[in-house]
Amino acid sequence: MTPQSNFMVLAPIIPERESDLRKVLDSMNDGRGRVNPNNALIPFAQFENLHFARLLILDDNSLEDRAIYGLRSDFPLQFAFLGDIDGEEETFLKELAQSAPEGLRRLFSCCCDFDPGCDLLVWMKRHRSPAIANFVNCRGRTVRRIREEAQLQETLDRYVADNATTPGHMSPREVHAKLSEFVAAEKSAGRLMLSGETPTPIAWWIGNALHMICLPLLVLLASPLLLLALPFYLVRMRYLEKTDAEICPKVDRAHSEMLAEAEDRFVTNQYTAFGSRKPGLVRLLTIVGALSVVNYAARHITRPGHLGRIRTIHFARWVFLDDKERMVFFSNYDGSVESYMDDFINKTGFGLNAAFGSAIGYPRTRWFLFDGCADERKFKNFNRRHTIPTQVWYKATAYLGLTAVDLDRNSRIRKGVERLSMSDAEASEWVALL
Amino acid sequence: MSEADFDYADVQGLVRFGYGRLKSASYSLLRIKNAAAAREWLRDKLQSHAITTAVKGNSLPTTALNVAFTSSGLTELGFAEVINGFSNEFIAGMTQESRSRQLGDIGANAPSGWAWGYAEKEPHLVVMFFAEKEPFDVFVQNSKGAAWKEAFHEIDSLPTADLGGFEPFGFTDGISQPEIDWGQQRESKDIQPDYTNIVALGEFLLGYRNEYTKFTERPLLEADATTNELLAALDAPGKKDLGRNGTYLVMRQLEQDVRGFWQFIDEQAGGEAAERDKLAAAMVGRKTDGEPLVPIQKESIPGIDQDQASKNQFTFDDDPAGVRCPFGAHVRRANPRNADFPERPANVLKKLITMLGFGPDRFRYDLISSVRFHRILRRGREYGSELLPEQALQPAPPNEQPRGLNFICLNANISRQFEFLQNAWIASTKFSGLRGESDPLLGNREAILGCPAAGDFSMPNEGNLRSRLSDLPQFVTVRGGAYFFLPSLRALHYFAASRNP
Repeated sequence: MTPQSNFMVLAPIIPERESDLRKVLDSMNDGRGRVNPNNALIPFAQFENLHFARLLILDDNSLEDRAIYGLRSDFPLQFAFLGDIDGEEETFLKELAQSAPEGLRRLFSCCCDFDPGCDLLVWMKRHRSPAIANFVNCRGRTVRRIREEAQLQETLDRYVADNATTPGHMSPREVHAKLSEFVAAEKSAGRLMLSGETPTPIAWWIGNALHMICLPLLVLLASPLLLLALPFYLVRMRYLEKTDAEICPKVDRAHSEMLAEAEDRFVTNQYTAFGSRKPGLVRLLTIVGALSVVNYAARHITRPGHLGRIRTIHFARWVFLDDKERMVFFSNYDGSVESYMDDFINKTGFGLNAAFGSAIGYPRTRWFLFDGCADERKFKNFNRRHTIPTQVWYKATAYLGLTAVDLDRNSRIRKGVERLSMSDAEASEWVALL
Repeated sequence: MSEADFDYADVQGLVRFGYGRLKSASYSLLRIKNAAAAREWLRDKLQSHAITTAVKGNSLPTTALNVAFTSSGLTELGFAEVINGFSNEFIAGMTQESRSRQLGDIGANAPSGWAWGYAEKEPHLVVMFFAEKEPFDVFVQNSKGAAWKEAFHEIDSLPTADLGGFEPFGFTDGISQPEIDWGQQRESKDIQPDYTNIVALGEFLLGYRNEYTKFTERPLLEADATTNELLAALDAPGKKDLGRNGTYLVMRQLEQDVRGFWQFIDEQAGGEAAERDKLAAAMVGRKTDGEPLVPIQKESIPGIDQDQASKNQFTFDDDPAGVRCPFGAHVRRANPRNADFPERPANVLKKLITMLGFGPDRFRYDLISSVRFHRILRRGREYGSELLPEQALQPAPPNEQPRGLNFICLNANISRQFEFLQNAWIASTKFSGLRGESDPLLGNREAILGCPAAGDFSMPNEGNLRSRLSDLPQFVTVRGGAYFFLPSLRALHYFAASRNP
């Protein structure tokens, strides 16, 4: 299995260069929300291991909210370049630095402390900004596998359409056998490719196993202490929940319309939310704890294709900025933002509250998991206010028109093709996928 | 509060009634020429009690009149300062470019080609006339009265036709409607484990609790001499609620290519009448007489009366593979009839398992949002002459008049109700795990970037490969549309009051 990983390069922007940077970013697009996948600066389509990428200026709309807690708000604007990839981060960054050095230099030259003579790879690594929590829809599903499985689905689709009358009299198992036979013939004729799994990198495997053990072990070891602290924590937490300010004014129309211009261009959309963490140790521990659990669950527990009940997210991540004072959430999801939010509120409201309840202005939660986003209007107002534009967004051209559910179906079709025999029930279910 | 105690006199009648017995109707789409004259006209209608309310009288009304305004209409009338309290989609209107992408109003549906609703043809208000056949013209003339010409410029007057309860394609229309919880009896805060047809009042009227037990956005005004008559907001007693007892009205003129529809299906059916009817029923999800394709269940469904049971007492729970009613069938898209959980969770543990995403590992499991947050009240009427399926197979005579549906729906939250439904369920080519098909009746067949296929229609077969139709033409074209606010009677009085210039 080739595991997925991600990268994020983050650097403050030289104030005088901001407008220049915006122009350069715009030049990578064909139009609002539509990147040119072969643009001269970073020709994304060339990178076969790249699922998603985005370049954006992290411009916080809600800095003024920090004043109610007496927090500073003199942060420089930052430039972020992030992506989700197959394989190792370092390998990808190396390839990136080799393939698009001029484009990268052009972009990074708008950032503070970028020396034109520097080694790009070293500079990017120095500006890494790792995620605290990370979600991959289906670990091991590479761009290549997605492409091959999509071709399989299309080939079968054509074959079935062209031979619509023949399978009519066959049982599902006979249909399965016949189609498997057809696929085998296509493969041996070289018209279809279904690559086998590559071996899982041993270092990754060990790291993953350690990660799996570590968090429970840590919790176990610390449990006497945690239990002791728990009553104090709960009392304080509940007090904060009752007294923290909600900041959910009606959505600013111009802001929302500006965001909407870039949305719904494809079946998949990007989403970036930016905000500040509520101050104090209790809130810090809460958010670090919650996101560690999210990260752990996403990595070791959730079923492939699922973030709780939600099946429309390809990749998502939470990143802390400025010494955990602020945080950004990035995701790539299918459908419109309205359905995305409804899905979250109705299906995974508790998760939303846990992951975002520590943000300044979030609708009032109760015992950390309850209420909060259940106030739909407040939550949607809060959310839209914290959504920031993404200047450049790329989704792999190999599956531009496919949703996460499409990818799931294609994987199921492939699994079926590779099975020698099936029960009647299994065959019925498989045939219904075609 | 009980249902009987509700203040129906403050609600325009269309919220409660479709006025089905009043066979004649027309919709005047107006721009305001003279705001003072427009207010005067409105005042006159209010004083003479011509604007029909939701009160159920002892005798049935013989005429009805309802009025709704767009946001530019309210501005034109002199109420620009209250606009900001309404929802953003109402303020921005239906024709905003990003909204058109969501609603599928692109290609032949694009607003730039509309007969009304776009740019200088955006209406300021719609006046809806309903009457029995005989006195209809007289009623319209009398309702307009003297001030009409001075007050308004008429962009269009949309006629309607009584097709005897059928829509132009020939299917029984308007069978499934949500039941409004006027008495606010339902405890909607609880998770709904079963499909219910009773929907919170706040989903259809502003100023009341919705399915989230919260209040939807609407203008809350300061109490002063001008707002004296308005009711106080239930969630902010110090404020006057301009939205209370009003709602949003979505109007879209949908032209239906009845010949194109039946001729395409006839071709697919190889000219066989029985097969033709079967294919058409699969696309709609009901037979022409309204009989659903899935069997009627024994257990009753809250909000579905005994007399509607034969047409409406069903869900798709027992058809998880879509072999009886295809996933993409129009009625299954428009109302998937599901609940908050994909299968009734038997206990807390089962619920937890589902919530964490460990339910059954089936491809289509739990793909569709809970329907109770996405219901609409449909109040549209057909236009154009009747054309039976057999007649539709004949070539069109020269100068054939268009036919279709003047679609009207009411909802308190346009983005979560009408727009969600139109976007995620009707227009989406990915609904319920489908690949490349939009609504077989309403879809625009336009490709999305990177996703070319949009013209299929799949019909799953039990234990076998699906049947499918390919290259469906576009059968329905949007000819106009706008978002209106259907005010309460009190709000109409507020709008009718004299304003200083």
